[in-house]
Amino acid sequence: MWWHLIEQIFPYAIAYTVPLLITALGGLYSERSGVVNIGLEGLMVVGFFTSALTISRLESSLSPVVAIGLGLVLATLAGAVFSLLHAFASVTLNANQVISGTAINMLAGAITVYLARHITGSGNILIMNGLIRRNVPVLSKIPILGPLFFTQTYVTTWLVLAILLLSWFLLYRTPFGLRLRACGEHPQAADAAGINVYRMRYIAVLLSGACAGLGGAIILVTYAGEFNGTVAGLGFLALAALIFGQWKPLGILGATFFFGLASTIANVSQAIPALAKVPGIFLKNFPYIVTLLVLVFFSKSTQAPRAAGEPYDKGKR
Amino acid sequence: MKKEIGQEYTVALLAIGLGLLAGAVLMLVTGNNPLLGFFYLFSGGLMKITRIGNTLATATPLIFTGLSVAFAFRTGLFNIGAAGQMLIGGLCATALGLTLPWPKPLLLPVIVLAAALGGALWGLVPGWLKAKFNVHEVVCTIMMNWIAYWSVYYIVPAYFKGAYLETESRRIPEAASLKVGWLTRLFKGSYINLGFFIAIATVLIIAYILDRTTLGYELKAVGYNRDAAEYAGIQANRNIILSMMIAGACAGLGGAAFYVGYASNMQIGVLPSQGFDGIAVALLGANSPWGVFMAAIFFGLLHSGKGFMNAMTKVPPEIADSIIATIIYFAATSVLMERLRQRLQKRRQARDKTDLPLDPEAKLQEKVGGVG
Amino acid sequence: MEYVVEMLKIRKEFPGVVANDDITLQLKPGEIHALLGENGAGKSTLMSILFGLYPPDQGTIKVRGQEVKITDPNVANDLGIGMVHQHFKLVHNFTVTENIMLGMEMTKGLVLDHKAAAERIRQLSQRYGLNVDPEAKIEDISVGMQQRVEILKMLYRDAEVLIFDEPTSVLTPQEIQDLMVIMRNLANEGKSIILITHKLKEIKAIADRCTVIRRGRVVGTVDVASTSEEELARMMVGREVSFTAEKTERIPGDVVLKVENLYAYDNRKVMALRGFSLEVRSGEIVGLAGVDGNGQAELVEVITGMRKAESGRVLLKGVDITNCSIRDRIRMGIAHIPADRHKHGLILDYTLQENMILKVYDQAPFAEKGLLNREAIAEYAARLMAEFDVRSGQGATALARSLSGGNQQKAIVGREIDLNPELLLAVQPTRGLDVGAIEYIHRRILEQRGKGKAVLLVSLELDEILNLADRIAVIHNGELVGVVDAKEANEHEIGLMMAGGQRGATA
Repeated sequence: MWWHLIEQIFPYAIAYTVPLLITALGGLYSERSGVVNIGLEGLMVVGFFTSALTISRLESSLSPVVAIGLGLVLATLAGAVFSLLHAFASVTLNANQVISGTAINMLAGAITVYLARHITGSGNILIMNGLIRRNVPVLSKIPILGPLFFTQTYVTTWLVLAILLLSWFLLYRTPFGLRLRACGEHPQAADAAGINVYRMRYIAVLLSGACAGLGGAIILVTYAGEFNGTVAGLGFLALAALIFGQWKPLGILGATFFFGLASTIANVSQAIPALAKVPGIFLKNFPYIVTLLVLVFFSKSTQAPRAAGEPYDKGKR
Repeated sequence: MKKEIGQEYTVALLAIGLGLLAGAVLMLVTGNNPLLGFFYLFSGGLMKITRIGNTLATATPLIFTGLSVAFAFRTGLFNIGAAGQMLIGGLCATALGLTLPWPKPLLLPVIVLAAALGGALWGLVPGWLKAKFNVHEVVCTIMMNWIAYWSVYYIVPAYFKGAYLETESRRIPEAASLKVGWLTRLFKGSYINLGFFIAIATVLIIAYILDRTTLGYELKAVGYNRDAAEYAGIQANRNIILSMMIAGACAGLGGAAFYVGYASNMQIGVLPSQGFDGIAVALLGANSPWGVFMAAIFFGLLHSGKGFMNAMTKVPPEIADSIIATIIYFAATSVLMERLRQRLQKRRQARDKTDLPLDPEAKLQEKVGGVG
Repeated sequence: MEYVVEMLKIRKEFPGVVANDDITLQLKPGEIHALLGENGAGKSTLMSILFGLYPPDQGTIKVRGQEVKITDPNVANDLGIGMVHQHFKLVHNFTVTENIMLGMEMTKGLVLDHKAAAERIRQLSQRYGLNVDPEAKIEDISVGMQQRVEILKMLYRDAEVLIFDEPTSVLTPQEIQDLMVIMRNLANEGKSIILITHKLKEIKAIADRCTVIRRGRVVGTVDVASTSEEELARMMVGREVSFTAEKTERIPGDVVLKVENLYAYDNRKVMALRGFSLEVRSGEIVGLAGVDGNGQAELVEVITGMRKAESGRVLLKGVDITNCSIRDRIRMGIAHIPADRHKHGLILDYTLQENMILKVYDQAPFAEKGLLNREAIAEYAARLMAEFDVRSGQGATALARSLSGGNQQKAIVGREIDLNPELLLAVQPTRGLDVGAIEYIHRRILEQRGKGKAVLLVSLELDEILNLADRIAVIHNGELVGVVDAKEANEHEIGLMMAGGQRGATA
């Protein structure tokens, strides 16, 4: 009985994890280059909105697959473009990165709902076709692992995992990654080595916007089905996952999965006799309280990029 | 100092101007006439005495959250948790209002105090975590927001469930409401309530603390330069905690003003947007108590008029939020444009200064930030 | 004969300041050329121009006879010019190899080729006698080795011209010797070196020629062998420099500060103080000499109360203050001129007035019952400014940020001395200041001694200590190596002690 329960939960947990993971990955790029991006929440909303708009407009005239694909692509682009605002403020103007990020969140939230309301009146945009869940051909037959990880999966899950692996490679094995990390640890050293810190940070912020935009779109096509103006704090949770995962790709994989699992359990608690007795208030708050505990626990030995959050002023030598 | 205030006005006005411009663009994009839109937006808040009352009532929670964010900011902390602190303050106020069968003159002070204490408690946690473990208050306060959200989500239906809807609390009795008869009559039936006057008092108190007390001196010192403050014997940890508690208390009062003042019950499943608008208010008001007051009134005007505008044109009410969001973006960046301008101006002045001996390279090092 | 680098009639102006005025510097191939000047004379600016960090307003630069425009460090690198910075630009959690190849990575296809880079580094290291481990992480290696990594960075990029910016301030005397040998090796191999420094002894030890700069102008270019230290000093400062201050004889009184067997960790949980003991009496200046990073900072923090000792005691006039709060210690009579005036001494965004009362703001007459008394504060600040010659263009209500370094330091000195402390802790009190300010502050410190106060002077400048102190204590690796009477001290002996050699009587 337990096993059946876990089998049932896992696909949901994974579905919930994936948008969190890709967004946290975006945050990783940004923070590793030295720019704190509080605006991930808003950038997810932008992707959420853009994909909803695109797909709802196109799904009647094009095949669902193409519509969804386009939706994902445009959402990614929209996130990147919107993040330019944050990049401009934080990198070029050396603004306070927290304030700039908060402004992005508010802007995204307001403008998307404004436009959505103009289009549909209610502010919600519905799409007809989301992604279908499939079983991975050979792998779903593997005992234990098969039913857990390879059945009833979305194709976007695999996309995100591929991006994760690619990111790990990029970050640790290529010159780009070395330079990016240098910008986040000691921008003066990077500058003296001839690296354009400003350009690096712009690229990193754009990547974070793209990832967050994609994350928002994935929410739409996997479990939401409709744009409703908010991603319920997922963007902030991604930031917490970043700290929890100690700014390493594999670390955030673990951290986001933890959050995904915890939230799913909270959501389905009613169906599980053992858990149904636990007051909802504890289950729902569990991820947040754990995050606080994790923050405390990691506060002493933090691996945060040393220069993250500090505006880089070339004049300072 | 006078010069700096002048510049802060310019920055604020510039940001507002650009925000309104963005609003106009948005209106055009959706096929509306901006002039008409703005006309209804602003008259919606000013046309009649009732509407003016509503504007003030809408502004009141913003004054509190603005003060909350501004105060924390002056002491070097980002309070993104004003929304959660509002919720907890409102919860305390509502809970007491629904359970204590006391007459109004006795009940109101107790409710208000409870709201302040509740908010202070909610601010204490991130303050303590920051002081003791150096946990960044941004993520911490955001987590606290959600914990407050879910706590209200479950506590209200469990103990204070509304008569008709599961998603709201019972109506508070008249004795618990900050609305008072003569005030409501004066403003011909608007939402205005005593919260507005409590807000003004709070502005005065906060301004007093910051400028005239040793506590304010300590808090600002810690905010500007924690190390130097500690070297001077100031206990930074204690001050950080105290600062977050005061900030939380302000937001908690905002919760009272909103949930038992403007409204008469609590909705669950909503993180009050005033919490985040407080950041905009603080920024626009340049983190000064009276600046916050004026910025809050302005935003109150926008929010109060958006419904009217939506009714008279087809412009969605989110235009107000969009304008406000744009204003903070420009307020944040304009400050830097200004600072850049100031720095250049100071350098021009430096040439005429008579402080000998002139130390060219050291001056240069300081300007470009190097160590001597 | 062809110069390898020429900077001709360079002029660079910043708002309010002419940093370089008609400067000409010519570097011969294979020579070690010193650039001498006080703090603020314009040396760093000139070299920054050469390294591409700033463009000159006027003048030309020629490299190997060709006129060039150096617009950024990459161009400088391509021309073969490299700079070893005073504050190392190394990423702490990267390996030596990663740091060196940053910006010029060797790749196998798309991937970083660590092995090839490490191999090249090993070869260069051997050739120039640099002894560097390519696989080590920066945060794990010594300061001396870190500096050699910086040198390797330049050699890796085939630099022909190497600029050293104040390289010896962070080295032990032994490491300084090693560096001198390395520089000779490099010169012998045909590299040309510019050494920026204000240390006359080093110039005499290693340089071939020396260009002296004062207030942005070239005073002269001399052959080092035929020029004396006194002559160099005179050119640097513009007048006769007395190398020793006027000190009257004093018999020290009772013990004011007693530090007993202190053990304390530093920020990285490494033991920074190991059984350190010291006494300072009233009416004397005890100078604490040592290379940066040997526990001085931690000692100061324990005495002031910023850091808790693991064991041991601190006694002020016989009273055990080991567990007292910072505020109590201030009240009991400890004043502190901190090493970093921006980080610890002043609140830059406060006005001068507000900074002056930083340690007394909660006492009468400045505050009563928690309320500040503005008039009293203003009066106090005005008096201090007059008494301690603190100049500010906008008066006492100017932000501390707007004052020059010298005036900021005078403000701090004034504030601390006016507290009439029993013990004055002066840490690097004249760092980054010009001669006038230095002389003023030294005078004030001697005044305290004259008044019968106890002074503990912690400084990285051995000359300052030799100048002012009555007794000299040397700290190495957190331990007291020895205490020497100033009259009998010689620099060589102290240098040895700073590096850990045992000599002299204990405290």
